[in-house]
Amino acid sequence: MEAVVTNFGMQAAAAEIFLLTAICVILLVDVFLDDSKRWVTYGLTMLTLAGCAFVTVNYAVDARVTAFDGMFIADPMGDVLKLFTYGTVAVSLLYSREYLQRNGLFRGEYFILALVAMLGVMVMVSAGSLLTVYLGVELLSLSLYAMVAFDRDSGVAAESAMKYFVLGAISSGALLYGFSMLYGVAGTLQLDELAVGVREVGASNIGLIFGLAFVIVGIAFKFGAVPFHMWVPDVYHGAPTPVTLFIGSAPKIASFILAIRVLAEGLDAMVASWQNMLIAISIASMIIGNVVAIAQTNLKRMLAYSTISHVGFILLGILAGTNDGYRAAMFYTLTYVIMAVGSFGMILLLSREGFEGDQLEDFKGLARKSPWFAAIMMMLMFSTAGVPPFVGFWAKIAVLGAVVNVGLSWLAAVAVLLSVVGAFYYLRVIKLMYFDEPSDTYNIEAGGTIRAVLSANGVAVLALGIFPSVLLDLCARVLP
Amino acid sequence: MISLNFVLMLAGILFALSVAGIFLNRKNVILLLMCIELMLLAVNFNFIAFARQLGDLGGQVFVFFILTVAAAESAIGLAILVVLFRERKSINVEQLDTMKG
Repeated sequence: MEAVVTNFGMQAAAAEIFLLTAICVILLVDVFLDDSKRWVTYGLTMLTLAGCAFVTVNYAVDARVTAFDGMFIADPMGDVLKLFTYGTVAVSLLYSREYLQRNGLFRGEYFILALVAMLGVMVMVSAGSLLTVYLGVELLSLSLYAMVAFDRDSGVAAESAMKYFVLGAISSGALLYGFSMLYGVAGTLQLDELAVGVREVGASNIGLIFGLAFVIVGIAFKFGAVPFHMWVPDVYHGAPTPVTLFIGSAPKIASFILAIRVLAEGLDAMVASWQNMLIAISIASMIIGNVVAIAQTNLKRMLAYSTISHVGFILLGILAGTNDGYRAAMFYTLTYVIMAVGSFGMILLLSREGFEGDQLEDFKGLARKSPWFAAIMMMLMFSTAGVPPFVGFWAKIAVLGAVVNVGLSWLAAVAVLLSVVGAFYYLRVIKLMYFDEPSDTYNIEAGGTIRAVLSANGVAVLALGIFPSVLLDLCARVLP
Repeated sequence: MISLNFVLMLAGILFALSVAGIFLNRKNVILLLMCIELMLLAVNFNFIAFARQLGDLGGQVFVFFILTVAAAESAIGLAILVVLFRERKSINVEQLDTMKG
């Protein structure tokens, strides 16, 4: 009898397969290196990221392709998000290198964990079934828990890792419980079949709504949206700054895609139910995020609350429930990631031996010491606050437009009002930099790479703000 | 024959117990890890019951994946616990409050 060879459509998952192989190789190579040669691991990690980008571009698809019996999807949106993720991870590792070397954290495991976390993001981006969604979520979360606890000599890091772990595990549990209810009622794990199944049993089925509520809890936890935000400030504050930078960037893309794949694709028939739940979560996030951020003195903690408020905005786009809204949410997510990477990069730029640079005080008089980087930070803060002509402004316009289009003008008005409140604490950073006297005489000691990349990062915020159509058109093309 | 509803109720009770355990427990981090494990097992109950009801293998395969991930999850949880104990010399939940704001 002849063996039957099934075409699983492996090439759809070429980037993931390449990445996994590369991770195994790096893990093996790293074992044989001594500490003075650790840069080899770093170099290989960067090469892997470039390789992933090459493979993704080479195997890019024009329309949705399913593989592995529908467990895995490759689509243009996924390709764009993956390329963006590689870029984000590469930039955050470039920013982190000096800090890691200085603090004795420049070890192979760090890069391996970062790559595995990225693999988790990629699996989520390409998930075609509830099972793949779950595996992606766990791959990402488990790596992040370990990264937070990476600095073994820091008590705060261990404490925040424990909090992150426990709350993250609860959220995975809630997500799974929701999945099991959806599976039981709709009778399938496949997301596209789930959409059909939901229509058959009717969107008002009590079992489905019960399951949906748990799924929303899980998604809100992963996003860090109020009332499931308690982990965000502690983790951002307690983790070493490079890890905060990492958690603040790529996983946001993962949370966005989690919501899109499960809510927008699998449960699109139930939009009326999840829209109401998301409206409440979104308003609460914007209120708590913007108001509590005002009281913070630690910049990492302040940016954590700022993240919570931005999550509220991303949810605004998603809850619109239209392609217009998803596009706006995608645009918002991508611009937010660019701004977050830059803001945490600034903290890493200021840090030096025995000095974290994460207090608001540390930014006092930065304009005297380094006018260029004060200007970069000013652009980042203006953009995050949503001041034109920076890109953050267009992102806010896009989500607000999407919300108004579905007849929720009151929600848009609330959002505008809260973002005005939020502008206060971003402007305070600018005031500290430009109108206060420096409290010490130290200069920025960071090396050339971080300076160059951070400058490019800041300029990108301005350039994308002047030509927002570049990114907007890209989002429109992949999410028609 | 035990009906589906009974199994679902059992799973629901186990899930609720584990969530209550996590939020009520003020003593010991290891108890938290046990509650998390119980939570995942409650979900497994659900999946098995539905898979049996639907005559579909998907749910049962999902259970294997959950079990594997749960093992990895406890490994990481215990590793973090060891780091925490080395720093604090205690695994009391009430002492995990040094960050405020």
